[in-house]
Amino acid sequence: MLSNLGIIFSTIAFLTTLFLIHFSFAELKISGDKITKKIYKLSLVQLIFSISSFSILLIGYLLSDFSMINVYENSHTTKPLFYKISGTWGNHEGSMLLWINILVIFSFLFLLLNKKKNKNFKILTLIFQNLLISVFFIFLITNSNPFAPIFPIPNEGMGLNPILQDPALAIHPPLLYIGFVGSSIYFSAALASLISKIESKSFARIIKPWVSVSWFFQTVGILAGSIWAYYELGWGGYWFWDPVENSSLMPWFLMTALLHSVLVLERRIGLYSWVIVLSILTFTMSVVGTFLVRSGILNSVHTFANDPSRGLFILTFLILMVFSSIFIFFKYAPAENKNYRIFSKEFFILINNWFMIFFLAVVLIGTLYPVFLDTLTEKKISVGPPYYNFILAPFLIPLLFLMTHGPKHKWISSEAKNFFNKILFFSVFLFLIIFFVTTESNLLVNLVLLVSIYLITQSIFDFYENFKNNNTNLSRIISHFGFGLLIFFISINHIFSVESSFNITPGEKKDIKNYVIKFENLETLSGNNYKSVVGHFEILNKKRLIKENLKPEIRVYNQPKTITYEASIKSNLFSDTYLTMSNISDTDIFNIKFQKKPFMNFIWLSVLLIAFGGILKFFSKKKEI
Amino acid sequence: MKKSHLIIICIFFIFIFTTLYFSLHNKKIYNTEELVGQKISEVELTLFNNEKTFNTKNISNYRFVLLNFWASWCLPCRKEHKNLIILSKNKNLKIIGINFKDNKINAKKFLKEMGNPFFILATDIKGKKSVNFGVYGIPETILVSQDLTILKKYIGPLNLKDVNEIKKIINK
Repeated sequence: MLSNLGIIFSTIAFLTTLFLIHFSFAELKISGDKITKKIYKLSLVQLIFSISSFSILLIGYLLSDFSMINVYENSHTTKPLFYKISGTWGNHEGSMLLWINILVIFSFLFLLLNKKKNKNFKILTLIFQNLLISVFFIFLITNSNPFAPIFPIPNEGMGLNPILQDPALAIHPPLLYIGFVGSSIYFSAALASLISKIESKSFARIIKPWVSVSWFFQTVGILAGSIWAYYELGWGGYWFWDPVENSSLMPWFLMTALLHSVLVLERRIGLYSWVIVLSILTFTMSVVGTFLVRSGILNSVHTFANDPSRGLFILTFLILMVFSSIFIFFKYAPAENKNYRIFSKEFFILINNWFMIFFLAVVLIGTLYPVFLDTLTEKKISVGPPYYNFILAPFLIPLLFLMTHGPKHKWISSEAKNFFNKILFFSVFLFLIIFFVTTESNLLVNLVLLVSIYLITQSIFDFYENFKNNNTNLSRIISHFGFGLLIFFISINHIFSVESSFNITPGEKKDIKNYVIKFENLETLSGNNYKSVVGHFEILNKKRLIKENLKPEIRVYNQPKTITYEASIKSNLFSDTYLTMSNISDTDIFNIKFQKKPFMNFIWLSVLLIAFGGILKFFSKKKEI
Repeated sequence: MKKSHLIIICIFFIFIFTTLYFSLHNKKIYNTEELVGQKISEVELTLFNNEKTFNTKNISNYRFVLLNFWASWCLPCRKEHKNLIILSKNKNLKIIGINFKDNKINAKKFLKEMGNPFFILATDIKGKKSVNFGVYGIPETILVSQDLTILKKYIGPLNLKDVNEIKKIINK
C-alpha cells in the first residue's frame, strides 16, 4: 500500500519537474517583468508531492512496514522511535530521497523569496535547478527506489547498523545535506547569471544569503559527524583526515572562499568570473564527495554496500554537469579587468581565497592520490594525518595573521596600518605566560599558538569596539574569534594529549605517565536489542589524586548481528578521559586504548561559534563597513 | 578566455573522470579469506637458526603443511601453543613456524619454556614477508596441501575445535 503510494507520489513530483522545465522555457519567451502564476503553482505541486513521498517513507519506518525492501533492510520493530525516524535517511535510497527534497525545497524558496525583478535570471535558475532535480529523480526511480516492494512481506526487519544508532549521527546527514545540496541553488544561479547577463553586484546580493545558510549547515553537519566519530566510533580525536571526512570538508573550503569573495563582489565588479567559478565548483565538489562516498571507491564507515552502478550513474551526472558548466562558462563569461590595490580590504579577502584553494588542493590530492595510484599502478598506499599536518600546519600561521590584520583595512584603499600595536604586544605577553605553562619546544606549535592568541585578542578588542561604535561587523568578529579559539585549543590539545594502547587482564594495574589505570572487573549486561560486556576501570591521577570510574563496553547487537566497541568517555569542562576496550578472541586479555584529551568540549564549542558567526550574516540586513 | 585554456581544462577533467571510471571496477576490500582455495605465493623465508632459506614451493615435499605465524610477545600465541604441540604429533602434518617481528632471544626462551612444535622455523623480523600470505595480525595459521593449495586460514589463536577440524582434513 505505502509502497505504491510512494511510487505514485514521487512519479507525480518527477512529472511536475518536467512540466516545470517545459513551462519555464516557454516563460523565457514571454516578455514582461512578472512570472506567470503557473510556474509558482507547479513549483508548489512539486514541493507538496516530493515532501509527501518522503513522508510516506517516514511513515513506513514509523509503522515498521516491511512490505518495502528499504524498511525491511534497515529497520526493526524493537528499534527506538528516534532511530526509526533517522533510519529514513540512514541508507542510500532514503538519503537520495532526502537529497531530492532539499533540491526541491531550495528551488521553491528561491523562486518565492527573490522579489527582485530579474525575471529571466530567476527562470533560468529554476530551469537549471529542475534539470538537477529531474536527473536525481531518474536515478531514484530507476536505480535507487526506496519504495521497492517485497513479497512475501517479512515479519521482522533486519535492523539498522548499531553504529548508526546515535543522536549526533541521526542529525548529521540532514545537516550536511542542507549544506552541500543547498549549494546547488547557487550553482544553478551562477549558470543562469552567465546566460542572463545579470548585473554582478545584484547577483552577489542574491546568492549571499544562500551561501551563508548552506555554509552554516555544512559547518554544523561536519561538526555533528566529527562528534559522532569521537563518541561512537571510538576514534578518539576531533579529526582524522579520513577520506570521507575530507569529502565533506572540501566543499566547505569552497563555501568559505565564496562567502568571502561574495562580500567583495557586492562592492566591486572585478571579481565576477571568480565568484561564478567558485559557485560552480562548490556544488561540483559536493557531487564529487557524494560520488566518492557512494560508489564505494573509498573504504570507510560510510560504505552503504558497494554498487558500481550507483557510482557509474553519479559519475555520468558529474561529467555532464562539469562539461556543460565549462561550455556555458566559456561561451558566456564576460571579459573583466582586474585592479586591486594592495592592502585594501578586498585584497585581504582574496588572500583568504588563495588559502582556501590551497587547503582544498592539499586535501583533494591526499584523498584522491591513493585511489588514482591504485587504479593506475595497483600500488596501495594510504595518506594519513602526518601528510596533512606537515603541509597544512605551517600555512595556519600566515592565515591566522592575515585573519587578524586584514579586516582592519578599509575597502578600496591602500593605506597601511601600523603593524606594531598594543594588541600584538599584549598577545605576545599572553603567549609567554602560556609558553611558561606548556614549555613546548616545537617552534611551529609555538608560532601557531602565538598567532591564534593574536587573533583571539584582536577579536575581543573588536568586539568591545563594536559595542562602543555599533558599526563593525559582528558576524565576522564572532567567526574569526571562533576560528582563533579552534586553532588555539587544537594546539593545546595536541601538546597535552596522553595516549596509550596496551593489553591488560581483569585485576591488573597499569602506569601511564601521571595516571594509574586499574582494571577492576567485568560485568555482563543485556540491553534492549543487544548484550554487552562492561569493563570497570578506575583511573587515578597521581598528581592531583583524582579518581575516575570508566566503563567501556563491548556490545553484541542481535539485529543485525554486529559487535560495537563503546568508548567510555568522562567529559569534564577542561579535559576528557577516554577509554575503549576490545577483547582478544578466546582469551581473557583485553586491549585498551587510553586517552586523556584536554579541551575537547572547547574545540566543539569553537566550531559552533564559527558557525554562529556565519549565520548572523544571514540575519544582518545592515551593510557592514 | 583563450581556447588553449579550454583544451587544458577539458583534458584535465577527462583524465580525472576516466581514472575514476576505472577505479569503480577495482576491487577495494582486501579480504584474506578469499585466499582459501588459491595457490600459496612463492616466498623465500630465512631460517631461524642459520642463514639458510626455505622456499614455499618446497611445501610440495610434504603431505600437509601448517604455516603458523607467531611471536613471543603475542599473548594469544602462548595460549594456542599447546594446540600446536598436539598437532605436531600427527605424522601427516609438518608445522612451519614463522617468527613474526620478534626478538631472537625472547623467541628461544619461549620455545624452551613451551616446547617446540615446529618442523621448520623461519623468521620474518620486519613482518614484510608475512604480507604475502595475507597476514595482518598474529597469530594466524594457514593449512596448505601438497599441491600448494591453501585449504584453511585461521585468524586468531587455534582452539580445540580448529585442531579437530585440521585433524579431520589431514587424516582423510
